[in-house]
Amino acid sequence: MANPFLSMNSIRKSFGKVTALEDAKFHLEKGEVHALLGVNGAGKSTLMKILSGVYEQDDGEILIDGKLVNLRSPKAAKENGIYCVYQEVDTAIVPELSVAENIMLDTIATNNNLFISTSKLYKEASVALKQLQAENIPVQQPAFKLTLAEKQLVLIARALVSSAKIIIFDEPTAPLSLHESTKLFSVIEELKAQGVGCIFISHRLPEVFDISDRITVMRDGKLVDVFQTADVTAKEVIEAMLGTSYQQEQYRRNYTLGATLLDVKELSDGQKLKDLSFTVAEREIVGIVGLVGAGKTELAKALFGLESLQRGRVEILGKELKATHPRDAINAGMALIPEERRKEGLFVHESLQTNASFPNLRNFSKLLFMNKRAEKSFAKDIIKRLQIKTDDTETPLVHLSGGNQQKVVIGKWTSRDSILYLFDEPTKGVDIGAKADIFKLIRELAKSGKGCLYFSSEIQEALGIADRILVMYNGQIVKEFSRGDATQERILLYASGGKEE
Amino acid sequence: MQAVGKKNKVKENGIQFLFKYGAIALLIVIILYFSSISEAFLTYANFTDILRSISIVTLLALGVTFTLVVGGFDLSVGSTMSLSTVITASLMVWYEMPLWLVIILPILVGVLVGVLNSFLIVILGIPDLLATLSMMYIVAGFHRTYTEGYSIYNNMPLTAGGTAPGQLSEAFLWIGQGRMLGLPVPVWVMLGMVFIAYVVLHHTRWGRVLYMTGGNAEAATLSGVNTRKVKFAAYVISGVFASMAGILFTARVGSGQIDAGAPMLMEAVAAVFVGYSVLGAGKPNAIGTFFGAAVIGILLNGLTIMNLPYYAFDIIKGAVLVSALAVTYVYAKKRFSQTG
Repeated sequence: MANPFLSMNSIRKSFGKVTALEDAKFHLEKGEVHALLGVNGAGKSTLMKILSGVYEQDDGEILIDGKLVNLRSPKAAKENGIYCVYQEVDTAIVPELSVAENIMLDTIATNNNLFISTSKLYKEASVALKQLQAENIPVQQPAFKLTLAEKQLVLIARALVSSAKIIIFDEPTAPLSLHESTKLFSVIEELKAQGVGCIFISHRLPEVFDISDRITVMRDGKLVDVFQTADVTAKEVIEAMLGTSYQQEQYRRNYTLGATLLDVKELSDGQKLKDLSFTVAEREIVGIVGLVGAGKTELAKALFGLESLQRGRVEILGKELKATHPRDAINAGMALIPEERRKEGLFVHESLQTNASFPNLRNFSKLLFMNKRAEKSFAKDIIKRLQIKTDDTETPLVHLSGGNQQKVVIGKWTSRDSILYLFDEPTKGVDIGAKADIFKLIRELAKSGKGCLYFSSEIQEALGIADRILVMYNGQIVKEFSRGDATQERILLYASGGKEE
Repeated sequence: MQAVGKKNKVKENGIQFLFKYGAIALLIVIILYFSSISEAFLTYANFTDILRSISIVTLLALGVTFTLVVGGFDLSVGSTMSLSTVITASLMVWYEMPLWLVIILPILVGVLVGVLNSFLIVILGIPDLLATLSMMYIVAGFHRTYTEGYSIYNNMPLTAGGTAPGQLSEAFLWIGQGRMLGLPVPVWVMLGMVFIAYVVLHHTRWGRVLYMTGGNAEAATLSGVNTRKVKFAAYVISGVFASMAGILFTARVGSGQIDAGAPMLMEAVAAVFVGYSVLGAGKPNAIGTFFGAAVIGILLNGLTIMNLPYYAFDIIKGAVLVSALAVTYVYAKKRFSQTG
């Protein structure tokens, strides 16, 4: 370890008054898969943005091969062989261009030739795809036709043709199905064999243990520990991330079901969803589990009036609901905590109190006029009840962490006395501490008589929270498990299209 | 690296300062400068003059403010004002209609333009700038066709022969030329409208819904807001403000000038964007818009006193708009990069 290939030392970075990194360190060897872990706000993303040239550090040094480098721009980072495969692949892909052009984008952009030889382009792109065992992606095809996983491969191929030495994978498996993830891992193994240093960021511990050689854990902008993956347990890693010993919660609650709240009969949307029937009772948490692409979000949106139904009937407390706009669903007592929190759930540049009062403005106004005092006291109330980490109701939400933002999204519905809560992947991008809080909240809602629908692709989490689990595959409910007989393996089998003999 | 950090900080603070107090600082500098070179500048008479001169632009700008609040834009306000100007005049001069109709009908025309804009933008999905740009030409063409290219004045000769029967009534002219409690009537109209817009945008449920629709239409929809209706309303409001500006203009000038609104568009847009940075609001707002109109009005008044030729004014107006945009967007860039 005398001279690591990449070393980042004593990196400091602050944004205004907020210190994001304080004496952060990170070392990477050639041909190593190095996982970078930490709860949200630990500084992982900031550190990686500094490495890929998006931010400039306030202090500290970065050495590659023992030489001091200055990564003042993404271009400079790329010149030093550092590439990033972003979580949101679409931001890095030009949809109208062909696969080959997308792969060769950096090369095209930087070389000085006025004319581009298409055949050479295709050839070089094919070579790169072949290295990734992805010859099946046609290089002439426009990139918008690709699946998410294929777009990811295009980004990796782009890094390869530019002879990347370091590739950062930022939550690469989040949007992938299990099969696609497995495929990605074999690609990463291949990169490793070619001597590329891979940095792997993920919230999913099992895959971190599958793929990585070493694990660096960060907390509060600092390096906490570096582990050899082979010598450490998941429990130890989680403890390092949280800073306190963490108990995997095995919570079982006692409850008696109330009246049937939601009754869905043979619902179809004419596209993805086919003949779905299920019920949710008062005080019940129903998990809807399926892999990405199974139709969970479509179902949530259809129930909430965002997509029109082709067939079927939705009843709330025995009354038929024909929702053509979310307003109808909300008036019937539904609340949706959407998957894309920042895009669909929040006004991130507005204050907590403005966000919190929005679904129920009538409640916070007299005639037409807003009652700002009532808004503020409600905001303070949800901060207290939901343990949101802020004491200011007026700062814009961008300054809160993902978990705290999510609590605001949930809390804002509590002023309406909604009776049925739809949670679409509520723990996505949320750290373990906040996750536990969110689970507690959901249980409290159920305890107070609400019905909850919990849409998730995280089987383990659904098992931890749901009283009953419905497994979705390809737009249909293929299996129902009661709490007693659901196991991770059985759910996964049905979710990936299998059946028990 | 530390030195770089410090320099960045100074730069960041500078932008922050400009964003919060830039418009006010500019106003103070302008006032100090003009008062130092002309004694006529800092007088009550001159200030009521300035207020009267900005009253029409402020009305237009309030309409633009509403469309910007919902995340849209309206380039057609100038033409709508021109159309309203000639219709108002023609209703009296050509058709001798009673005062209430003379006021109601142009406003309905404004509503109609707003509805057409909404149809193009909300229903058909044409980007706001392009839709209202097209609308701007269509409406301008209509108002010239309607008057056959002539301005409308009392007892004007008609192309069909003879003279027009009517004239602008005294009561109507009072709206544009009269005085009340020491201030010109148009100033009262403007202050009233600014106040109403301020209250609606900042203290009512409707205002909240308008801002949230502009801030994140998807989240607003998921909270139960019909964002299409909200956008629809904003363009209609913009049309109404533009037609009110047209009525006021006719009353003030005493005739139906063609193309009255065209040069006002630029000033109105500049006023709104100067308003973004009044006290760091960072978004379109009624008080800021009034303030922006005042900055431009005072600047133009001072330059007139200095005998700058009128044809050079567009340079000044354009420069004010560009500076306001620069401050707003540089600040927005900083703000977004921090949240990355």
